[in-house]
Amino acid sequence: MERIPILKMGRYLLVTIQVDMHDRLAMTLQDDLTERIVKERAKAVLIDISALEIVDSFIGRMLANIAAMARVLDAQTVVVGMRPAVAITLVELGLSLTGVRTALNVERGMEMLRQDLAGEGYGRDDEHRAQ
Amino acid sequence: MARSTVLGEVLTQQEESILLDWIDQQVANAATRSELLSRGELQEQSRHFLTLLRQAVREGGVEAGGAAFEPVRRALEELSLERARQGYSPIETAMFVFSLKQPVFFRLRERFGDSPQALADALWECTILLDRLGLITTEAYQRAREQVIVRQQEEMLELSTPVVTLWEGVLALPLIGTLDSARTQVVMENLLERIVATGASLAVIDITGVPTVDTVTAQHLLKTVAAARLMGADCILSGIRPQIAQTIVHLGVDLGDIITKATLADAFAVALKRMGLGVQRLNAPGAKGGRQGQEQNGRDQEERPWNASRS
Amino acid sequence: MSIVHSEERQIRSSEDVVLVRQLVRSKAIAHGFGLIDQTKLVTAASELARNTLDYGGGGLVLVELLNDGARKGVRLTFSDEGPGIPNIEQAMRDGFTTGGGLGLGLGGAKRLANEFTIASEPGKGTRISITRWR
Repeated sequence: MERIPILKMGRYLLVTIQVDMHDRLAMTLQDDLTERIVKERAKAVLIDISALEIVDSFIGRMLANIAAMARVLDAQTVVVGMRPAVAITLVELGLSLTGVRTALNVERGMEMLRQDLAGEGYGRDDEHRAQ
Repeated sequence: MARSTVLGEVLTQQEESILLDWIDQQVANAATRSELLSRGELQEQSRHFLTLLRQAVREGGVEAGGAAFEPVRRALEELSLERARQGYSPIETAMFVFSLKQPVFFRLRERFGDSPQALADALWECTILLDRLGLITTEAYQRAREQVIVRQQEEMLELSTPVVTLWEGVLALPLIGTLDSARTQVVMENLLERIVATGASLAVIDITGVPTVDTVTAQHLLKTVAAARLMGADCILSGIRPQIAQTIVHLGVDLGDIITKATLADAFAVALKRMGLGVQRLNAPGAKGGRQGQEQNGRDQEERPWNASRS
Repeated sequence: MSIVHSEERQIRSSEDVVLVRQLVRSKAIAHGFGLIDQTKLVTAASELARNTLDYGGGGLVLVELLNDGARKGVRLTFSDEGPGIPNIEQAMRDGFTTGGGLGLGLGGAKRLANEFTIASEPGKGTRISITRWR
């Protein structure tokens, strides 16, 4: 069954959503990510949505859920790369995405997460250890 | 239907004389604006219209909205648009139709002189028809003006939403004028696209030039900030005049955690600070002494106009 | 006003919802819609298609391209023969921005469209129509 790949980089999990997801695929991603956070003891999740042309209430809720669940599991989440048209539409839609941190792109997102982890005492050693 | 046939008859049998009288009426009326329209053109327009009217009445009575009157309506619309372009006011254009009443009423009176009831009915039907036709000219005028306004608005939108780079990573959006939905849309799009293009993380939205802030405007501002945040850029609102501040509080608008500053300069200072930047004075004025020193300073300033240092 | 093109699509699975998005996107582009208008329309379509599937038990979408004088629009009509919506007013407000709960996405779709009509009765199915003009 198709799944969205989740990459591990040290204590980070990286997800790049590149397909127009149907609802089941989105739910599978949510479940997979939660599992992986626990399994890898991940401290940070970066979700790249720069390829998404649409974020509707379902996807929006998925992102909010992921962020909430990650938080419970003591991990930070950042969603990066939202397209302008998507941002405008989400605001019009009235979806607030509270609890979801965002950054312009992967680079900024990583920087943000790095600062968070540094704050928690995880030095630079723990990052980018490709496995 | 007998009465409308009478109108049709009158228009047919006495078309020429009605036409001449009607033209005289129009010429005598200042509303015809003889400086804008030659007599020849007036004659042509009137003749054309009267012909169409005669045909329509014969076919469709006095149903101004009916199919038979389609050519009449169209001719009137074209005439109205043309006159609007020339600078006629809507009343002046409507007079084209209304001035036709006199010649027609006169001939109806001649016809029904001795039957007041029949006369009254005929006059009534005729006046209803011509009133309706006169109103068509006004409607057409309105539509034409609205199209001009829409076009001008679009042009203004294009011109009036610039996004400026204040510093690397800091954008400024000086808003001038009222923020309606259409404008907000354009503003948001511009801002967000510039955020992507420049990789900015901060945007200062200055509303010094926004005359009033009502609930709608405030909502539009909040939407713009929300959209920018979704893309990872934060916004600072500046240019909030005391009256605007009062209005915002009075309306109960919740600016949430948006930072607000009175001036763009203050907002810029906050933005720099957020990015860990500061502004430092390089030399005390005149410190290097002498002309050469001054010139050198001047050149330095040109080459490196921004001398903010990282802290 | 005239309808220059119309097309119907079944909504029976969540893959169909994706296909509906793609269909609406391509029709909107064909009708000259800019990116923002496209995105809003497709997002609204996604909401309503999902509703048709999840709450209506599956149904149809009719995509119509409209010409009204100078302006052009796209009208989407979602219909199903499901249980219907008992309290439309409440459904329009329901659990949308709260993040949790079901939330029918109706209010959102309405906000993204210029025109919105809904007809629904318990036991008689639902029919929702939205139009967006460019």
